[in-house]
Amino acid sequence: MAHSEAEVLSGLAEIVNEETGLATEAVEPSKSFTDDLDIDSISMMTIVVNAEKKFGVKIPDDDVKDLVTVQDAVDYIVKAQDA
Amino acid sequence: MTSTVVVTGVGAVTPIGGTADATWQAAFAGTPGARTLDNDWAEKYGIPVTFAAQADRSAVDETLTRVETKRLDPSSQLALASAREAWADAGLDEVDNDRLAVSWATGIGGVWTLLDAWDTLKEDGSRRVMPLTVPMLMPNAPAAAIGMHFKAHAAVQTLVSACASSTESIGNALEAIRGGRADVVIAGGSEAAVHPITLSAFSSMRALSRRNDSPETASRPYDVDRDGFVMGEGAGALILETKEHAEARGATIYAEIAGWGISNDAHHITANEPDGTFARQAMERAMEMAGVSASDVKHINAHATSTPVGDVPESLAINAAMGDHVDDVLVSATKSQMGHLLGGAGAAEAILTALALKNRTAPPTINIENLDPAIHLNIVRDEPAALPSGDIAALSNSFGFGGHNAVVVFKSV
Repeated sequence: MAHSEAEVLSGLAEIVNEETGLATEAVEPSKSFTDDLDIDSISMMTIVVNAEKKFGVKIPDDDVKDLVTVQDAVDYIVKAQDA
Repeated sequence: MTSTVVVTGVGAVTPIGGTADATWQAAFAGTPGARTLDNDWAEKYGIPVTFAAQADRSAVDETLTRVETKRLDPSSQLALASAREAWADAGLDEVDNDRLAVSWATGIGGVWTLLDAWDTLKEDGSRRVMPLTVPMLMPNAPAAAIGMHFKAHAAVQTLVSACASSTESIGNALEAIRGGRADVVIAGGSEAAVHPITLSAFSSMRALSRRNDSPETASRPYDVDRDGFVMGEGAGALILETKEHAEARGATIYAEIAGWGISNDAHHITANEPDGTFARQAMERAMEMAGVSASDVKHINAHATSTPVGDVPESLAINAAMGDHVDDVLVSATKSQMGHLLGGAGAAEAILTALALKNRTAPPTINIENLDPAIHLNIVRDEPAALPSGDIAALSNSFGFGGHNAVVVFKSV
């Protein structure tokens, strides 16, 4: 069953929190993973792998560079669920 | 002029204590660290050994953040916790980071990370293998974790020589200071390899004690009925610095580290050279560098792992190196309490050796019911023994698979 946008956001925030220790509230839709949340490329890939597992989607490496903000990632995952 | 190098801080995570002080207290009291495993490995995999000496992780769980724990293999977790304790114990605050080095050691490396990743690969495929897998499992990962935490720009090195590793890393630290590369070095080693694979492999080799009905008496160096070592895990960290540096900041000095020696049996991948010829050579080289003679040495923390074949060659080596003075040397085999920490053993035992000099007390060897008649040493048995006053020296011996022999010499201050 597909996750709602709100569920994806909170699930993603939990994954980011697990990986980086950042508070889940800090993972706001407008934040940039690199510029605002200070997430490096290896952490980003770890987050992507965990998100794929959690939401049952595939996020090809070539698409990861387009996920600049948290909202970008949420949109991508919501859409990928329907695919 | 050769620098005088001293030990000003210690930290440890061992099966008998979550800190260096707790480890010393337990070694002193003769408290064993081996326990029956609280998991299903023996049953599930048919491992013939059902116990080990697992690390007391209380200090690790208190001092590491959740993210640090997640991003570090257990061998690095123990390393970082012990290094932080040693740093705090030394009272170090501001240092010249360009003159700060790390000299660390591991025998096996990140076995948990590697094998967990292998399980993930088999079960879920390549995509689920985490990007940090290699930087977590590499043998230099513990050193790198410490180096990054303390900003050690002088050098961050890892010595790998099985169970001699962390004696070599202490020797290497001494050379880094004497060679002018560093003023302060965080030296030591860590191992966290109590895993069904290692237990199975060491069992296959018949290296482990099978005293499953009595884990606490299984590690019994020098006993005639010893039947193998007890698999352990843990870490030890020592802060080494020049005496000038230590005195300038008013640091407490545990002992001087005066020299070290190294040799190789070049004989067999696992078995010691039976006469102890090259173990003796390492001891003599260490004493020569330290400028001490056999008559100065009053204490040895022996490698003595409790294997049938290992303890006798070391006894022969000690007798040869100490000559007529051997009866004046109090020998402690503290693996009887701690078990064998592999790559962490040398550092943990070096700490006990330095503390023995500081406290003028040699910790006991426990579990000797019937002394092996082939062993001729003045063993500290069951109760601690006083060391003499005055200027004395002590040795800590470590030997490892691959024929590695390494010895460090401490002097009282």
